[in-house]
Amino acid sequence: MAQPKLSSEKDNRVDFERVESSPQFKKLMENKKKFIVPMTIFFLVFYFLLPISTSYGTFLNTPVFGDITWAWVFAVAQFVMTWVICSIYVKKANTFDKDADQIVNEQIEKGGNA
Amino acid sequence: MDPVVIVLFLAIVLLTLVITYYAAKRTKSTGDFYTAGGGLTGWQNGLAIAGDYLSAASFLGIAGAIALNGFDGFFYSIGFLIAYLVVLLLVAEPLRNLGKYTLADMINSRFNAKRVRGAAALSTITIVLFYMIAQLVGAGALIQLLFDIPYWIAVLIVGVMMTIYVLFGGMIATSWVQITKAVLLMAGMVIISFIVLMKFNFNIGAMFSEVKTATSHGADYLNPGIKYDDPLGTISLMLALVLGTAGLPHILMRFFTVKDAKTARSSVITATWTIGIFYILTLFLGFGAAIYVGQSEILAANPGGNMAAPLLAEAIGGNILFAFISAVAFATILAVVAGLVLSGASAFAHDIYGEIIKKGKASEREQMLAARYAALGVSVLSILLSLGAQYLNVAFLVSLAFCIAASANLPVILYTVYWKRFNTSGAIWALLSGLGSALILVSMSPSVFSPVEGAALFVGNPIFPLDNPALVSVPLGFLGGYFGTIFSKEYDFKKYAEVKVRANTGYRG
Repeated sequence: MAQPKLSSEKDNRVDFERVESSPQFKKLMENKKKFIVPMTIFFLVFYFLLPISTSYGTFLNTPVFGDITWAWVFAVAQFVMTWVICSIYVKKANTFDKDADQIVNEQIEKGGNA
Repeated sequence: MDPVVIVLFLAIVLLTLVITYYAAKRTKSTGDFYTAGGGLTGWQNGLAIAGDYLSAASFLGIAGAIALNGFDGFFYSIGFLIAYLVVLLLVAEPLRNLGKYTLADMINSRFNAKRVRGAAALSTITIVLFYMIAQLVGAGALIQLLFDIPYWIAVLIVGVMMTIYVLFGGMIATSWVQITKAVLLMAGMVIISFIVLMKFNFNIGAMFSEVKTATSHGADYLNPGIKYDDPLGTISLMLALVLGTAGLPHILMRFFTVKDAKTARSSVITATWTIGIFYILTLFLGFGAAIYVGQSEILAANPGGNMAAPLLAEAIGGNILFAFISAVAFATILAVVAGLVLSGASAFAHDIYGEIIKKGKASEREQMLAARYAALGVSVLSILLSLGAQYLNVAFLVSLAFCIAASANLPVILYTVYWKRFNTSGAIWALLSGLGSALILVSMSPSVFSPVEGAALFVGNPIFPLDNPALVSVPLGFLGGYFGTIFSKEYDFKKYAEVKVRANTGYRG
């Protein structure tokens, strides 16, 4: 069960600016950014390519297997992409968790101003 | 009415009441009421998210849209699913780490300003009311069709049931109703899809070939463009779908029902798989309905195509499958409206009463009473509005809800977590410009004004060309937040350092 915020006295004891500027935290943010930003751009581009290419062209209407056209393949690829990104993210996020726990244990629990 | 239908209908009512009875015994604190005490596991919450998200509009609406419009109907399925990547990568974990009960809590973890909380509560309440009216009016019409009872009785049944769940069982009851519904719905989808596929010897190619000749659209049925022939309109709709989900209050609220960000993440994963499989299966329902029911019969039953799935069930599985699918549709409606009532009630009781009026000093008993009164109030108000809206065309309300969520809530969430310079003035401007532009643009759009009588709310020429104004209102929400921020000198980097550390480490001390 999540703990609600404790009294503000305790808040004041943790120097969050110090934690934020620590090399470990900077490294965590850097790692997160390196993963999340390109992934987000990728999936948004991949997603909008479908309505854009079906709206402004008919080239996706060519058949691939029998009567199934590229438009359908692209549509199903959106599902596959979603599941793949989900799975990659879980793996990646586990390493973020480890780093985050380390920061909490080493810097915050012992007081950010230590 | 068919006796099988009545038995299944009563079974669902009874099952949900038993759930509520047990949930009521476990609902002791406001934390239990709003967030099930944060005690749900990842997969439970994941199924509940799916149960909250897959509305009757998804289940019956998309099956019908695919049956009638082929590929274009499938656009909704894709947008509704990819939206979960936005939720997973950008929103779920910081939200869980910063918030307590509501979206406003999360934003206020940074600003602690009543004006911001008020603006966030206003946007939540607006979305909830609009979405709720759309759901209830749709539900009334559907139940009228499925069970052959008058509209007002149908709305009252759904309204009374949702009130009971939320009032007595809070989030625990709501979650378990949603989980139960998700399981039933998936079972129904798999059964129908399996029978449809079996008829083609599990050859998907053969199904595509067959559907090509089954409808009046001929080979065009398999190509995009039957319904969405306006490129900007299509892209705007897709934008609202993919960004709106991550700002819907009843979806956001589901991330406070787990103990930490890791569990929030695993629940999004469960939800994404469940929802993904569901949306893939909508294809078999849609094609199956086009082939085995036929477009003219689907249209005759309901011009919106909402009866495609139940009629398909009847065509391939007889009365019993029809009764089962109707009962599932009923459970679907109940689960979604219960989640909506709860998120509306939390904005009224927790944000406006507890934090703004009582300044966070309301006693536990007062908070609990306020939560229950608010739940009752939201229920009664939405039932009354829905009873009055029977003959209105309410389709625009759903696009409005998604649009406000994408244009007002999402910018403020993203700025709060990721932008150092962001401040209270920016938060208020983001919320109000997103909310305002969505409201104004939709009210001038073709879904409100149509030259054809009955096609929209009013007769007349639309001033704004897009049904769904997300393409304009989302940038306006982001710009509002940007300019609101830079035109105010206020900033607090120290507080942002705290928010950033908390959001990214889950530290709650």
